[in-house]
Amino acid sequence: MGNLISLLDGVLIGFVYGLSAMGLSLIWGVMKVINLSHGAMMALGMFFSYQAFSKLGINPYLALPGVAVFGMLIGLLIYGVAVHRVLSGPHLSSLLATFAVNMIIIGVGTAVFSTSPRNIDYSAGAVVVGDIRLPGTRLLAAAAAILFAALLYLFLYRTRSGKAIRAVANNREAAELMGIAPTRSLALSFGIGTSLAALAGGLIATFFPFTILSGGTYELKSFVICVLGGLGNPLGALLGGLILGGIEGVIPTFMPVSWVPVVEFGLFILVLVLRPGGLLGEK
Amino acid sequence: MLAWGTIVWGGGNDATREKAFTLIMFVGLAGSLNILLGYTGYVSFGHIVFFGLGGYMGFYLLAGHGWSLPLASLAGGVFSAAIAGLLGLAVLRLRGAYFALATIGVNEAARAFVSNFEPFGGSTGMSLNFSTYQQYGGAGKALWLTFDLMVAVTAAALLASALIKNSRFGLGLLAIREDEDAAMVMGVRTPRAKTIAYMASAFFPGVIGTLYFFKNGNVEPGDAFQLNMSIELLVMVMLGGQGTVLGPLLGAVTYQGMRGYMLTSPLFKDLHLAVAGAVLLLIILFVPAGFVGWLRERFPKLRGVLE
Repeated sequence: MGNLISLLDGVLIGFVYGLSAMGLSLIWGVMKVINLSHGAMMALGMFFSYQAFSKLGINPYLALPGVAVFGMLIGLLIYGVAVHRVLSGPHLSSLLATFAVNMIIIGVGTAVFSTSPRNIDYSAGAVVVGDIRLPGTRLLAAAAAILFAALLYLFLYRTRSGKAIRAVANNREAAELMGIAPTRSLALSFGIGTSLAALAGGLIATFFPFTILSGGTYELKSFVICVLGGLGNPLGALLGGLILGGIEGVIPTFMPVSWVPVVEFGLFILVLVLRPGGLLGEK
Repeated sequence: MLAWGTIVWGGGNDATREKAFTLIMFVGLAGSLNILLGYTGYVSFGHIVFFGLGGYMGFYLLAGHGWSLPLASLAGGVFSAAIAGLLGLAVLRLRGAYFALATIGVNEAARAFVSNFEPFGGSTGMSLNFSTYQQYGGAGKALWLTFDLMVAVTAAALLASALIKNSRFGLGLLAIREDEDAAMVMGVRTPRAKTIAYMASAFFPGVIGTLYFFKNGNVEPGDAFQLNMSIELLVMVMLGGQGTVLGPLLGAVTYQGMRGYMLTSPLFKDLHLAVAGAVLLLIILFVPAGFVGWLRERFPKLRGVLE
């Protein structure tokens, strides 16, 4: 019974991890950039929710649209300043450019918020079914993550801009010949990616304490998830999130909790080497 | 660098030596990273893993088995190179960003594993018994010995980097950087060449790690596998100019100097990370070839002199 609860708990958090990884995966899929400022964006999302909740008393779930818009705007700014110029350069350039952005965000964030831990003191009760008791914030966060993932899918498959993004991801030159402005699509997908990171941060902030540096840990989780699900495949990322959440929930029931990262990163390297297309992808 | 060493040796001042120790350590680390990054173009994002693993191994031999410092640090380097050889078989098949991601994973996996590995002291790490210093004639002398060895290993790393660059083997590596498939067609045995380059660039960090942790007197997972330090090394190589021998030296000196200044300046103290990030961004956007690369481009006459 205890195992089942741990698994469920892990999977619920897994939806949120998956949401964050979807952002990373989308950016990689469209422009082959690994966004190393992803973790910093998650931290910004956490602090946006925190400020809205503690200063203005806004419910952290009602603040989510604000978090999304905020994440999008920062993402567009990052794309314009740091990413656009290095897209055609070697991988090291885009890795270091986004890492530089990460340093700037963390540096300013540390100066403004310090590195002391915060938490959003918000409770949404608990749902009890038989012997199973699940905290309401986890359920709400998972529901919100599913909602935003669905919205992303609707956007990518049903709207003109979304289809343009998929076309650019598929073949940038061909898309350009078909009259799609690639820069607009690239900037938009980068903005969506960071917006998803900020949203995931805002959700995580409702159940875990955090500091401005917390993003790093979650960024590494997002890497693992993206690789499990196949880099560049947002749906795979959601599934990878569930797998990672499940692993985090179940392993502590039979092994010391400190082994969790060993399993996670071991799996990460194995999948990367043996099946670089991800568990779902082609070999 | 030898000039630096001479000044420190002549002065005999402990504080100067400490500062020079860190600086020379970063020169050595950046120089060895450059053997892989600059010559083959493979971005090892978690290169610090070899500093950590080699340092752990050397420290284990020092503290647990009473090996002498030169021998233990050599063993640390050999251990790192061996791990790189094994890892290379798997991860060097990955290209571009996939390789970079894998090296981050390797670093995190190693950190997590060592935190659970009891012979290495688990999450609290290991520390040296004070009596260990006695065999070197006291703590003071032991620290000077560590410094001398650090200068020697850094000089060796830069020398190796220069020798590799000017050898047939180095030309093969540069060909891999430009176009790996073409290099293969032209007869470069790419898997072997990449593995050797990877091992060479892992050997020196292993030696340096042992020296560093011996100097500190303790080693723990948080210090040994800092991803941030890994990225700082990349910044130093970029700053000075990747693929050049002098670049990592200049880059490390400039970066350390800048950091030292900003950490102590009242104006930048709180914002030092943000300012460093902004400087890095400007370099990547506008001077991607680094300082030495820029000089070579700007003044063709210097190409014969600046390697």
